[in-house]
Amino acid sequence: MNNESLAELSGVSKRYGKVVALDGMELQVRPAELLAVLGPNGAGKSTAISLMLGLQTPDAGTARLFSQSPLNLASRRHIGVMMQEVALPPELRVREHVDLVASYYPDPMTAEDALRLTRTLPLAARPYGKLSNGQKRQVQFAIAVVGRPKLLFLDEPTVGLDLAAREMMWSRLRELVRQGASIVLTTHYLEEAEALADRVVVLAKGHTIASGTVNQLRSLVGRKRITCETSLPPELVAAWPEVQTVIRDRARLHITASNSDAVVKRLAMADGNFLDLEVHRAGLAEAFTELTQAEPQSELTQEVAS
Amino acid sequence: MSATTFSIENNRTGRGEMSRAKLWHAYLTETKYECLRALRAPAFAIPFLLLPIVLYVLFGVFLAGSMSHGDPTVAKIMFVNWSVFGVMGPGMFGFGMFVASEREQGLLTLKRALPAPRGSYLLAKMIMATLFAAIVMVTLVAAAVAVGRPGLTLGQYIGVGLLDMAGSLPFCAVGLFIGTRASAKSAPAFANLAYLPFMHLGGLFYPLPRSVQPLEFISPAFYLDKLGLLFVGAPSLDQLAVGAAGPSSHVGPTIEVIVLAAVAFTFTALAIRRLARAG
Repeated sequence: MNNESLAELSGVSKRYGKVVALDGMELQVRPAELLAVLGPNGAGKSTAISLMLGLQTPDAGTARLFSQSPLNLASRRHIGVMMQEVALPPELRVREHVDLVASYYPDPMTAEDALRLTRTLPLAARPYGKLSNGQKRQVQFAIAVVGRPKLLFLDEPTVGLDLAAREMMWSRLRELVRQGASIVLTTHYLEEAEALADRVVVLAKGHTIASGTVNQLRSLVGRKRITCETSLPPELVAAWPEVQTVIRDRARLHITASNSDAVVKRLAMADGNFLDLEVHRAGLAEAFTELTQAEPQSELTQEVAS
Repeated sequence: MSATTFSIENNRTGRGEMSRAKLWHAYLTETKYECLRALRAPAFAIPFLLLPIVLYVLFGVFLAGSMSHGDPTVAKIMFVNWSVFGVMGPGMFGFGMFVASEREQGLLTLKRALPAPRGSYLLAKMIMATLFAAIVMVTLVAAAVAVGRPGLTLGQYIGVGLLDMAGSLPFCAVGLFIGTRASAKSAPAFANLAYLPFMHLGGLFYPLPRSVQPLEFISPAFYLDKLGLLFVGAPSLDQLAVGAAGPSSHVGPTIEVIVLAAVAFTFTALAIRRLARAG
């Protein structure tokens, strides 16, 4: 076992009846990293997290949390958790909820500090049931950090948050990682993973199909996006061998191409008067789409695994 | 930003051990907030705190008092019987409804993922139900003393109070079992399905016909009621109606305690097993 791992799944399989949720899954969470776990619905993200938290046990393989069984209370005292679908008792006040969870940890911060940290101190005396959904998420974030965890599991933490609250949470997460904490983040917002993650793991059909930094994953996708103003008809551009798609939007053409250099040269030759040229590398969203549409490819994983 | 600087440094080298004092604090905090939230939930607190005293005064004191022409034995029986009724509800419904809805809403899963001390959730709920039982008993004793019946000694009041507080545990266990099995929507129905037969077969409100009396043995309320009546030296309603020969006179206090303990233990164990597997 890698001693550097805070949490680890090795050779883990899990089925629900006939459905295989995870199949020989390998996953390590390293110190001071923000690991984004991405995948389409049903890819096995929730199962992987549940196994690391000890909420379920694997059918085969092992799940470890701080080198111990996740069922061990001492190892769970190093983690903080924010789940996606949880309803806390509405009758308790915000401060009371945070205070209760603080009591589970050996060396927590005070409820007030956790609320101040998540900018929810003004809500402290409000009954939890009276909060908006976004406010509830922020309070759940306070609950996740109050125990000063070394490892945070955050499941879709920014769903329902307004822009300011989301920015606040992002900056807190970056700060936590700077201080040495690790974070496992599952999210459907790819820009969130792109903005925060040190490492991304993409799951599909119970396998890890790719793992690496955001840049490594983006480089997996050879396509680039080219946009420019040109009078060339899209049909002509679409006939070029390097071009995959062409869309006209008023005066602009949006081209995706496997070899952007060749396309730009052709553009210059065909229409010397083109304007406002932009060439973008594919984003994480394109990489994700391309990866998850393909069948699991083990060589792909090896290619980018650091 | 500096005012809200977050530090996780203190926990960098910790091994996740908790001192005994901190563990106690965790159990106490869980219990404190469990009681607070139950008291703040009007749909739960009002029926289970008000109903026993209202019904006891109405039926146990005035109706039974006038029908029996103020017979002190009937007054004792009524006090003991309505006490049993009063402590059944918080245990069965407190566990049945709360556990079912909290299980469904993911709270139990979150508590399993968080380092909540083992058993703190259930222990807090049991103490909450016992606290409710204590409040019910205090109000019933206050009502009994206020109307000048049933003339029990202070020791007998305290004894019946403590007995029924402990006696609420088997009902907690049955409620807990229902809560771990039923959905939030069906839990109250299932709790009623157990609560109503327990109540009526317990012989709490009226003497049962001789043909139905053997069914009394399936109701934990019957055993708790018998213990209370033995303690204050009163017969059961059955015995009052048909003389000492009713089936209820065949049961001794040891058997009653064993049955109540067995119900509490069995259903708690089944529920814990279920929670550990399914959350």
